[in-house]
Amino acid sequence: MGKYLLNKVLIAIATVFVLATATFFLMKLIPGDPFASLKTKAAVQEKQREYYGLDQPVAAQYVRYLGNLLRGDLGWSLKKAGRSVVDIIREGFPVSARLGLTSLFFSVLTGLLFGILCAQFRNRWPDYLLMLVAVLGIALPSMVLGPLMRYFFGVRLKWLPVVGWGTPDKMIMPAIVLGLGTVAGETRAMRASMLGVMTQDYITTARAKGLNRAQVVLRHEVKNSLVPIVTGLGPGIAGIMMGSFVVESMFLIPGLGRYFVDSITNLDYPLIMGLTIFYGAFLVTMNLLVDVVYGLLDPRIRESGRKKVK
Amino acid sequence: MENDRSAVSFRPDDFERLPPPSAVDAAIVRQQTTYWKDVWRTFRKNRTALISLLVITLLILMVIFGPMLNEFDYRTNDYSAINQPPNAVHWFGTDNMGRDIWTRVWEGGRISLLIAVLATLIPEVIGMLIGGVSGYFGGWLDTLIMRLIDVLMGIPSLIYMILLMLVFGSGSVMTLIIAISLTGWMGAARATRGLVLQIKARDFVTASETLGAPAWWIIVKRLIPNTLGIRVVGITMSIPSVIFYEAFLSYIGLGVTPPTPSWGQLIKAAGENFRYYPYQFIIPCVMVGITMLCFNLVGDGLRDALDPKLRG
Amino acid sequence: MSDIILDVKHLVVTFDTYQGSVQAVRDVSFHVNRKETVGIVGESGCGKSVTIRTVMGLNPRSSGSVRGGQALFDGQDVLQLPEKEIRKLLGNRMSMIFQDPFTFLNPTMQVGRQITETYLRHHAVSRREAEEKALSILRLISLPNPEQNMKRYPHQLSGGMRQRIMIAMALICEPAVLFADEPTTALDVTIQAQIIDLMNSLKEKTETAIVLITHDMGVVANMVDRLYVMYAGKIVEQGDADAMFHRPRHPYTWGLLDSVPRLDERTKEELHSIPGMPPDLIAPPEGCPFAARCRYAMNLCVRRAPDTIPLREEGHAAACWLCHPEYVRQYGETTREGRPNVK
Repeated sequence: MGKYLLNKVLIAIATVFVLATATFFLMKLIPGDPFASLKTKAAVQEKQREYYGLDQPVAAQYVRYLGNLLRGDLGWSLKKAGRSVVDIIREGFPVSARLGLTSLFFSVLTGLLFGILCAQFRNRWPDYLLMLVAVLGIALPSMVLGPLMRYFFGVRLKWLPVVGWGTPDKMIMPAIVLGLGTVAGETRAMRASMLGVMTQDYITTARAKGLNRAQVVLRHEVKNSLVPIVTGLGPGIAGIMMGSFVVESMFLIPGLGRYFVDSITNLDYPLIMGLTIFYGAFLVTMNLLVDVVYGLLDPRIRESGRKKVK
Repeated sequence: MENDRSAVSFRPDDFERLPPPSAVDAAIVRQQTTYWKDVWRTFRKNRTALISLLVITLLILMVIFGPMLNEFDYRTNDYSAINQPPNAVHWFGTDNMGRDIWTRVWEGGRISLLIAVLATLIPEVIGMLIGGVSGYFGGWLDTLIMRLIDVLMGIPSLIYMILLMLVFGSGSVMTLIIAISLTGWMGAARATRGLVLQIKARDFVTASETLGAPAWWIIVKRLIPNTLGIRVVGITMSIPSVIFYEAFLSYIGLGVTPPTPSWGQLIKAAGENFRYYPYQFIIPCVMVGITMLCFNLVGDGLRDALDPKLRG
Repeated sequence: MSDIILDVKHLVVTFDTYQGSVQAVRDVSFHVNRKETVGIVGESGCGKSVTIRTVMGLNPRSSGSVRGGQALFDGQDVLQLPEKEIRKLLGNRMSMIFQDPFTFLNPTMQVGRQITETYLRHHAVSRREAEEKALSILRLISLPNPEQNMKRYPHQLSGGMRQRIMIAMALICEPAVLFADEPTTALDVTIQAQIIDLMNSLKEKTETAIVLITHDMGVVANMVDRLYVMYAGKIVEQGDADAMFHRPRHPYTWGLLDSVPRLDERTKEELHSIPGMPPDLIAPPEGCPFAARCRYAMNLCVRRAPDTIPLREEGHAAACWLCHPEYVRQYGETTREGRPNVK
């Protein structure tokens, strides 16, 4: 496990470093230095100059920038005068995290349950019904599902508030819009994984022991099916994050996703840069956690440090 | 039993020996159905996948010929006819600038599908070549490429895309394709490498090597064609995600610039007025939904057909 | 109490595929006595595994179907039993060890739990007691360090140890019949010998009858009491080990024996393989299924399939026209040693 983890951690660090570097130089490629635009207020310009050391050569700016990152300083917003990126994250991230985690938790559980049921009732009506739900999840990306739900449940039926944040009822619709894709993905992945496990030789062994169906399913099939599913959690988290950009803007939720979209619309480059690195580092950390869980689930990985498919 | 046996009536030549079997005669083997025939047979039995394939064909025909079926074009504003619901003249109605939605939907579909197909195939080809080289040569080159891919895959592709779109300047179809392509080749490379490693050891590759075939020839002619079958599923499945990316980038304001339509663009523009002019929103949504759905179902069908383990 | 524990009569099993129905098992009858060791030998694809899995009820329900016959286990036809009742027998009164201990053990479960699982399923005991029982079985099959190894996962054990775990799993309930499906094929040669020795010693130490399925005559030699040779879904020769090894009468049995390497072979005869391939069981030939590969095939063999013909020794029988009294009357007995030299 130690070697496996070390390997993953090294890759994670390298990833964040590459992302930070790429972000910096890509920003430098944007025609007309976005940090030195004369349209911004003098005080803001001064802060940018100080943060990046804009009067120095690019290489020195890069080193200075990396140093700032290491100290956890992500720079200053152009448009929200006087506010640092870290401030904005501190304000917006808890909101996004609450929404995202709630959504992730319920959608993964639902998806796994659906997937198990689909595999057990393969090609019978429960399978078809649940796969239909999964299929809808694919066909309805958040920018489509969001307005539809707001119209029907908010405007027509008046069951739920159309927009806003702060009370639990305001969270229901965004969480569903955010999570439907994950439900769909996990259902399909769990179904496929389980169907694969069901044809494995050790399932025959389990049946030859005289175990009943429930024992075979719960003890032997579910756990082994979960192993590949866990890796799907990484993209799942990324998907929820991506969805949060749309959903938070749509439902006017004061989360980080909305700030990010706003920063793109406003061309607030330092904020884009800071949030990009934050999001990147966040996802890399999440993937690292997923890898740890993966290692715990499959004893083979713990020692070899590699994924073995047998 | 005893009776049965005595009932055997022997012919005079019954105990005459047959010529000894030759190995060729002895192999009475039923003509094997070929791999792809078998795949097609399984696929055809999957009614959902077959219908999806038909729908996709129809969609492709419509995005090519649809705009020609009436006299409107996608960019001409007609302020005398804004926000008209579907009618005999404007079959899908008009938008807030009086443009014909029928024409815009198919024209937009052309752009969206073009982006989807190109931004799927280009990274696939790049990935295949890189993965093929990596898997075939192995050693430090392989380690280097794989480490690089590990690192690049750690960066969320969307973040990447947003950055690239900002640098390239959003707006053109080409930049979208490039941005999506640059983030998509790693998966294809990794998958191809894995397959190449499996195939590399097989006899027909060794045979080519013994005959002195150059490495590039073996990679392009021997290894990659043999991985294509399995990659087909991945390719089919990645088209809907590119369609989604396009819609997403349009939504956050980094898609193609108006008046050029794309499905994502149409959805974004109409989403704001959904309450008042729902048809403007629902029509492109249905298109996106159907396309993503059908490609996924075809991909599922292909995977089931290609994976003999799950057959039956 | 009858001496026969398992009596399979006229079993017919077919599989539906795209190309047609594969007649995997075509009228197979065999029996197993209590505490006896029986071998079923044949090439892969001859239907031996299908036969056993049918008796155990382990064939995939969708594709394999029993078209006829009985399988009386302790007088009870298991083919007619509801699934719930069969499950009470599996792992308990009849159990099975499989070919490949690499794929037939659950990779994410400690092997100790995989062993006790069988016992806990069939006995109302505590986990503690089941573990004690598992330890005693592991000692019986002489697995080194049983306490530590029970806590290990399959990938941490060697192939031979894994196969021992499988055997322990199958024996823990002291079943009346143990089916062993190619138990040594996936193992190294030296480990093979160990497992064969182990199974031989189990014959004495337990009350379990063993049915050994293999393609290798060398594995069953010195081990089985009786032997069935199977070809193309049929039993072509059967008899006591003595008769089968010393006076075999079916050319296919000769072929199997010829393909075993022997150290004590005086003649410098080369190692034989049987030419050709088994027939297509979707449309099996009208005559003897082996005729196309048989060096002694006659006109009659292609025209008509031979019945099973009882031979001189008790229980010895072969389905071959060379054994038919009419042929024997005209040409005399054909034996392995005395067979005509055809090249």
